Amino acid sequence: MRDVAVVSFAQSATRRDQTRNEVEILLPVLREAMAPTGLTTHDIGFTCSGSSDYLAGQAFAFVSALDAVGPWPPIQESHVEMDGAWALYEAWVRLQHGDIDTALVYAFGKSSPGDVARVLSLQLDPYVTGPLWPDAISLAALQARAFLEAGHDEKDLARVVARSRRNAVGNPHAQLSGDIDEATLLDEPLYADPLRMHDCPPISDGAAVVVLAAGDKARELCERPAWIRGIDHRIDVQALGSRDLSQSASTRLAGEKAGVGGRADLAELHAPFSHQELIVAEALGLDETATSINPSGGALASNPVMVAGLVRIGEAARRLSAGEGERAVAHATSGPALQQNLVCVLEATS
Amino acid sequence: MSGQLAAVLGTGQTKHVAKRDDVSIAGLVREAADRALEDAGLTYADIDAVVIGKAPDMFEGVMMPELYLAEALGAIGKPLIRVHTAGSVGGSTAIVATHLVQAGVHERVLTVAFEKQSESNAMWALSIKIPFSQPLVAGAGGYFAPIIRGYIRKADAPLDTGFQVVLKDRLNALKNPYAHLHQPDISMEQIIESPLLWDPIRYAETCPSSDGAAAMVIGSERAADASSRPVAWIHGTAVRSEPTMGAGRDRVNPHAGRDCAKAVYAEAGITDPFREIDCAEIYVPFSWFEPMWLENLGFAEEGTGWKMVHDGTTALDGDLPINMSGGVLSSNPIGASGMIRFLEVANQVRGTAGEHQVDGARKALGHAYGGGSQFFAMWVVGKDKPK
Amino acid sequence: MTAEPITGIVTPIRLDYTYTPGTSPSQFLRGMKEGRILGRRCPSCAKVYVPPRGGCPMCGVEFAEEVRVADTGTLVTFAVVNVNFANRVIDLPYVSGEVRFDGSDTTSMVLVQGIPVDQVRMGMRVKAHWLPRDEWDFTFANIDYVEPLDEPDADYESYKEFV
Ligand SMILES: [Zn+2]
Repeated sequence: MRDVAVVSFAQSATRRDQTRNEVEILLPVLREAMAPTGLTTHDIGFTCSGSSDYLAGQAFAFVSALDAVGPWPPIQESHVEMDGAWALYEAWVRLQHGDIDTALVYAFGKSSPGDVARVLSLQLDPYVTGPLWPDAISLAALQARAFLEAGHDEKDLARVVARSRRNAVGNPHAQLSGDIDEATLLDEPLYADPLRMHDCPPISDGAAVVVLAAGDKARELCERPAWIRGIDHRIDVQALGSRDLSQSASTRLAGEKAGVGGRADLAELHAPFSHQELIVAEALGLDETATSINPSGGALASNPVMVAGLVRIGEAARRLSAGEGERAVAHATSGPALQQNLVCVLEATS
Repeated sequence: MSGQLAAVLGTGQTKHVAKRDDVSIAGLVREAADRALEDAGLTYADIDAVVIGKAPDMFEGVMMPELYLAEALGAIGKPLIRVHTAGSVGGSTAIVATHLVQAGVHERVLTVAFEKQSESNAMWALSIKIPFSQPLVAGAGGYFAPIIRGYIRKADAPLDTGFQVVLKDRLNALKNPYAHLHQPDISMEQIIESPLLWDPIRYAETCPSSDGAAAMVIGSERAADASSRPVAWIHGTAVRSEPTMGAGRDRVNPHAGRDCAKAVYAEAGITDPFREIDCAEIYVPFSWFEPMWLENLGFAEEGTGWKMVHDGTTALDGDLPINMSGGVLSSNPIGASGMIRFLEVANQVRGTAGEHQVDGARKALGHAYGGGSQFFAMWVVGKDKPK
Repeated sequence: MTAEPITGIVTPIRLDYTYTPGTSPSQFLRGMKEGRILGRRCPSCAKVYVPPRGGCPMCGVEFAEEVRVADTGTLVTFAVVNVNFANRVIDLPYVSGEVRFDGSDTTSMVLVQGIPVDQVRMGMRVKAHWLPRDEWDFTFANIDYVEPLDEPDADYESYKEFV
């Protein structure tokens, strides 16, 4: 495989945004990501984006978002109706052809216009489960129950949340941060038993942009590129009764294929719910004592839907490029209760 | 060629109809996928990854339906990607699948596109009253009719050009068992007398609303060489996009379409498309788009595409047969329509198109477009392995 | 005993959304409330967009100055619509026109009235017909339709690039 690296990354503040539309959120992020590379739209070989029409309740949301790129003269471009992490995967595949050296990846999403937990229940099969309208939080709670009953303790969940809040203190893009101890968290009331409010993600609007480059081009554009050493994604069956919710088989498989090998200085795991971080870390064979998990605070600190997975890759890469480590694992998830998972192994050396 | 060689190993589609109430969405896509695998002489176990495409999720009211469809498509434990590029999606989905093989990531990829319009209300999904937007909503025809009027003015085209296209496509559809509209008694009088919906577009000049799915298996050079079935070699692929509302954008002869055609011909080593391409399936949802795209694709000089309609060039027995299957004018499962174009030309060069086979077709163009004519996806397939 | 096949179920979906038009469109909508058509100029290519969305789609940059455009314009192309849509009840047939308001570099889709349908033509000069002032709201719909101006038609070459 051709060596491809993340050479630049930018993201927007992820608060509820009631003044700007998607294009307006995206424009400054695109500019910020492109600036350090010195590239313009016309230097980019391939552009790929990720988003979902249902977030904003409007068909073809991605069509107007493309305005932010300024695709004139026309560009080579594609779109996945998925988290932007999969757009990055498609761009990585495209770079393997060898005829282009750079790719632009972006994702955007506003969760605030609708009731996102309810919107996400439309992901379920439309004949049997969907009509019952189980919302995303209730489904996550079912999974958390299965996880706890498989031999875990709610203190583990509180530990994840406390760390997320602490780590997010240094992240200007996080919505939730602070120093809260585990005992205080466990004193909070249950929200969707066994989950408490803090075990669930905040409502976030946002955008993220990654610039990829191959080989020498990456070295030219970035002092310390974060090389993609392995990237893979897998999907599980959707029906909740057909899989062991306390584990993530697809994450485990994607991790093996991507070559995680249980080793990483840091890991950014896309776990919108506290128990999901533990499930994902376990599936990837990552140990908290050896690996810094979610140094950004992760999706519990800010969760722009359709963007948060790409942010994990961007955050991991940014930290490697800044010298915070030499090897990182980034993970993205999609679908109810961790149905689909992508794993990316990144490395940077001086 | 960019990347490694890739070929179409098998194709499958459903019989396109207004309402498939005997199958669920999963049943519909499974039917097309089963047929593609059978045609390729393969099983789900031979497939490394699945790429799905469809038009907006709001059509069926399922958000990211690929999640629910993963099981029906044998994708459990495999990589699955969902593409959405508006109306061009069927084409761009096939291209993403091709890229996975050309990149050397996979040996065999199953690609599927569908729309089950009867389980939804596409007109509603496209006409949701969004606050702050321009209030006049008149459906897709309301958007495209003024562009067609623009073409007629610019090209000074005879007003019956559109009728000729419909008559040709609907007659071609009679030779295609999968086509939605089978109108054995179709006549020029019938077309001319059909209601004028969005002047200059008459009812007969519009596409139907269909339930349908299409699927293909794309394989590597090794997989193609090992196949005992006829294969279609992929000589070139290209995608291009431009802004929907850009000031001064030519919507009659879009820049992105011209660039996309140039790119796909260059990759396929084609210098004279009219001579070198034996037949094409192009995305014509309203009759007048045939002459418009003939120009955009470089088959005709600007302003002269309509002449090829009138002189029979694009007929099944003409010099450049267009939409041998009956085209989008005869079947329109929106998300699948682009893939059907790609699939039909693959069958042409494989020699498996059946009654609407063009004799001796060796090189063919598949074309899809979407949105307000700003997204394009194309491929050129050939009987022979690219040099 | 064989049961009747189930050929379909109806599952109503209701989702409520609160839209945010965005900064540039908000400015446009405030203009409409006051009976003015406000576009914005791209600092890079100098084109004026009506209504402006996020930024100039040709250049990928945020808009700069606000530009008031006229409520007169040229009908560059149109469709005669003979089919009605659920959310709009207008007497058929009606003309859906694409109008380039004077001073704008984009076209807007608006209803054309005040002239028999079979006399509508490309290049016709038109003027916005506004709803009564007390009905003005933050919406493009304040322009109820455009109607012919008593002026000679525009020369084809002058609006060709907008067709
Ligand atoms: Zn501009």
